[in-house]
Amino acid sequence: MRGSLRSDVVVIGAGSAGLTAAIRLAQAGAQVTVIAKGAGSTQLAPGWIDVAGYMPGERAPLASARRGIERLSARRPDHPYALIGVQAVSDALGWLLATVAAGPLSGYTYHGGLDVNMRLVTALGGLRPSACAPITFTAGEAAGLRRVAIVGVPALRDFHPRLCADNLRAAGIEASAHSVALDLRRADASALELARALDDTRARRAFAASLAAVVGSSDAVGLPAILGLREAPAVHSELQERLGRPVFEIPTLPPSVPGMRLYEILGHALRSAGGRLVLGAGVVSHERSGDLVTRIDTATAGSPSGYEAECYVLASGGFHSGALELDSRWQARETVLGLPLSGLPREGAPRFVHDYFDEQPFSRVGVAVDADLRSMGAQNVFVAGASLPGAVPWREGSGEGIALASGYRVAELVAAELGATPAPQSSGAAAPAEGVGPDERAG
Amino acid sequence: MIALATEVLVIGGGTTGAGVAWDAALRGFDVILVERGDLAEGTSGRFHGLLHSGGRYVVKDPRAARECIAENRLLRRVAADCIEDCGGLFVTTPWDDPAYAEQFLAGCAAAGVDCDEIPVAQALREEPRLHPQISRAFRVPDAAIDVWKTVSALAEGARRSGARILTRHEVRALSGAGDTVTGALVHDLRRGEDVAIEARVTVNAAGAWAGQIAALAGIEGVHVRPGRGIMIAMNHRLVQQVVNRCQMPTDGDILVPIRTVSVIGTTDEHTENPDDHTVPPAEVDSMLDEGEKLVPGFRQARALRVWTGVRPLFQDGKVPALATRDLTRAHALLDHRQRDGVGGLITITGGKLTTFRLMAQQTVDLVCWMLSRMRPCATGSTPLPGSESGEHHRLGERLARKEATLRERQIVCECELVSRERLEAVLDETETTEIDDLRRRLRLGMGPCQGGFCSYRAAGIMHARGSLPVARADQALTDFLKERWKGIWPVLYGDQLRQMRFDEWVFHAVLDVEHLPADGGAS
Repeated sequence: MRGSLRSDVVVIGAGSAGLTAAIRLAQAGAQVTVIAKGAGSTQLAPGWIDVAGYMPGERAPLASARRGIERLSARRPDHPYALIGVQAVSDALGWLLATVAAGPLSGYTYHGGLDVNMRLVTALGGLRPSACAPITFTAGEAAGLRRVAIVGVPALRDFHPRLCADNLRAAGIEASAHSVALDLRRADASALELARALDDTRARRAFAASLAAVVGSSDAVGLPAILGLREAPAVHSELQERLGRPVFEIPTLPPSVPGMRLYEILGHALRSAGGRLVLGAGVVSHERSGDLVTRIDTATAGSPSGYEAECYVLASGGFHSGALELDSRWQARETVLGLPLSGLPREGAPRFVHDYFDEQPFSRVGVAVDADLRSMGAQNVFVAGASLPGAVPWREGSGEGIALASGYRVAELVAAELGATPAPQSSGAAAPAEGVGPDERAG
Repeated sequence: MIALATEVLVIGGGTTGAGVAWDAALRGFDVILVERGDLAEGTSGRFHGLLHSGGRYVVKDPRAARECIAENRLLRRVAADCIEDCGGLFVTTPWDDPAYAEQFLAGCAAAGVDCDEIPVAQALREEPRLHPQISRAFRVPDAAIDVWKTVSALAEGARRSGARILTRHEVRALSGAGDTVTGALVHDLRRGEDVAIEARVTVNAAGAWAGQIAALAGIEGVHVRPGRGIMIAMNHRLVQQVVNRCQMPTDGDILVPIRTVSVIGTTDEHTENPDDHTVPPAEVDSMLDEGEKLVPGFRQARALRVWTGVRPLFQDGKVPALATRDLTRAHALLDHRQRDGVGGLITITGGKLTTFRLMAQQTVDLVCWMLSRMRPCATGSTPLPGSESGEHHRLGERLARKEATLRERQIVCECELVSRERLEAVLDETETTEIDDLRRRLRLGMGPCQGGFCSYRAAGIMHARGSLPVARADQALTDFLKERWKGIWPVLYGDQLRQMRFDEWVFHAVLDVEHLPADGGAS
C-alpha cells in the first residue's frame, strides 16, 4: 500500500488565507498539515491589510472598511464578504493583531481596525486605503502628514523618492525628496538585502547619521520598506529616536520585507500550535469517494507523498498563483482538485475588454462555493482566499481582508464539521512549546 | 511659426523614410525627415523580423525574390549588427502540397536564391520541436533583423551626415507654388508649434499612409491598399532558425526567432484604414492552429503579445481589385510630375523591409535627376553606425556584456537587460516622455513581465531628471499600461495570464496606480 500521512485537515496553500485557517484549526486541537507548492504570496504582499478600499467604478476611497464590506456585500451576493459576514472579518483582524503581538518579532505590532481606513503612502505617492498596518507604517497615515521627507536609496531601483514626493505634493502634503546611500558595493541591491544590512547595529547607526543630514526640518520621514527583517522594531525605533521624529516605511515592488515579516510570524504561529507545513509539494492527483475527496498526492520525494484527511481547505490562490488556469481555447479550470468554477463569462462573451482600466469580465472567476464556503464539487473541501470568486481584490483593495477573514471563517466551519471548537483569540500566544519545530521541506 | 529650409524633405520615419534620409544625406544632400509618431512606430515596427532570402517569393513573385536575395547579401554587410544570422528552413508539412517543393527548387535556381535540400533527420536534429512528419527540408539564407535597431541606426547615420530627424512632427499640409510642391506645413506635436519646411524635393515615404499624403497635393489614384496582418510573439525561441512552410505563401506559415522570442506570422486582410489595429479573435485562433502544424504543442507555449501590421501594397487605380496577398510585394516609385503633372514630389511605397535600401537608392536617384545633381549612391558600401565591425548580432552577446558590468551598472529591466545608463542616454538623446518610445529603442518592457517592474522604474527615473511634471510622469505610466494591454489581452491565457494577474497586483495593490493624487484623485 502507498504511504500516506493522515491528518484531520489538510490545507492546500501557504498564503495568509491557508495559514490563518491552519493556525486556527491547530489552535482548536485539530491535526493540521499545510501543503504548498511555493511559499505563497504573503512574502510579496505590501504588508498592510487592505480590507475594503474602493467601490469598483468609484474614484473616492472608502472612509471605513466596515461600510465598504457592507456595500460590497450588498452590491454582489456572490462577493466573498457577503458569505463571510462583517463579524468574521472583525474577529479575524482582532486575531491577527493578537497573533502578531504575540509573535517572534518582539515589539512588532499591527494597528488599525474596520472603522477608519488609514491612507498609507505607496511607492508612487498614492494613498492606499488600508484597515490595518504594521507599526513601521502607521506614521505614514496621510491625515497626520504635514511636512514629510521621502528618502530613497540609490541602489534600490524599486523606489523612486521624487515621484513619490511629488505625487504627495499633488495631494496637498508638503513632501521633499532625498537620497541616502546604503552602500552594499553593488549597483543594485534588493529590499531584502538592504533590510538584512540594517539588521546590523553599526550599519543602521551609520544610516541614521546619513539620514539626519538630509531630512532637514521635516516632521516625518518616509523610507522604502527596508527597515530590518528580524530586527525591524529595533531598527524602526532607533531611527525615530536618532532623527527625533516619526519614521515610516513605504512598500516597494515585490519581494516585500514587511510581507516576509508577516509570513515569518504566521509560520511561527502555525508551528507553535502544532501544525505541520510542507513546502515544495504540488498536488498532482487526488482520489474521491462519491462527493468526498479522500486523498491527495503530491509530486515530492523523500517524504510521504499521499495526504489523507477528513476535510480539505483549498487556499491555493487564483490565476496569479497557478491555482486557476485558462488555456488557449479559453477553457478555465481549477488545477489542484478540478473543482467547478463560477464567475465565468458566458460562452462567446468577451473574457477581457480593450481598455485596461475597465473591469475585466474574467477577473471575478473563482471556485464555486455554497454559503458555507464549501466547494460545489466536493462536500469536504472548503475554499478560502484568492480562490474564491466574486471579488476584484486588488482594484477594490480587499485582498488581504478576504484572505484573512475567509481563512478565519473556514476554520470555524471546518472545526464544526470535525466537532472541534476553535480556541478564543487570546490563546494564540499560549501554544504548546513542544510543537515548535522546523518546517518540513519536501522534494 | 518656425521656418526651416532644406533640399530634401522626407515624410515618414519607417525603414523606407529613414533609408531615404540616410541615402540622401550620404550623397551630400541637405535632409529633413518628419515623422508623426516615433521612428518605426508604424508598419516597420509591427513586423515579424524576417530578413527574407527571397525563398518565400520565388514561385509567386520572382522579381521580389531576386531583389530580396540581392539586398539580403548586401545588408549582411552594411547592417551587420542589426542582423542575427540564424538561417532559415522551408519545410513540407503534412498539410502542404508536396508538388510545391519542386516548383520551389526551380524558382530558387531561377531567382538565384541559395537553397540546399537537407535530410529530414538533420532538420529535426537542428530543430527538434518541428513537426516530426515533415517530408522535406530546404536550407535558405533567411535571417532575423531587428527593425528598431535598424531604423535607429539609419537615423543616426543620416544625422551624422547632417540630416535633421524630427519625430512627433505631423504633416498638416503640403505647400505649393503653381503645380509644384515646395515643402510642407508640419505640426510639432510635442511643443504644439507649427513648422513650415521649404524643400526642393519632397519624398512621400509614408507607407500605408502614402495615399493620404498624396491627397494633400490633390493627387488621386495613389491607391495604397493597406493589408492588415497579425503577428504573435511567443515567449521562447521555439525554433533557432526561421522556419517557413514550403507552400504558396499563406497565413501563419512563418516562424521567426528574434532576440529572445519567436514570432509567428501572419495574416493578410484588406482594411480601409491604415490605423486599424484590430486583432480579431478568430485570426488569433487560426494562427495558433497554424503554429501547431509547424511546432506541435504550440498552444501550450506562452504567448506574450499580438500586434497588427499594415502592409502598404501599392495598386494602380486602373487594375481591377485583387486580394491583398496577390498584389506585388515589389515597390512603386512615382514621379508625380510625370504621372500627375505635380512637380517636386515623389512617392515611394509598397515593397518590403528587406528591400528598403534598394527602394531608398532608386528614390534618391530620382531626387538627383530632379535636382540635376547626379551623385553616386553610397549605401551599398557604407556600414551603418554600430555595424562597422561587420559582425552579426549574437543572442548571448548582450548577457555577456551585462555580466561584465553587473556590479557597476544598475539594471532597470531585467527581462531585456536594460541598464539605467543606457536608459538615461536615450532620454538625453530623444527627450521622450513616452515609455513606449523607450520600449522601441531599448526593448524595455518587451520581456515576459511586459513592463511589470521596469515601467514604474522608468517613470521614476524620467521624473527624477527634473523636466517632466509629476502628472505627466503618472500619465506616461498609465499610458504604457493601457497601450501594452491592447497587445496582451487578445492572447491572454496560460502562463501569461498568470503573469498579468501578478502585474495587476503590483500596479493596483502595491502602487495604487489607479488613484494617483496628481491624476485628479487628491484626497
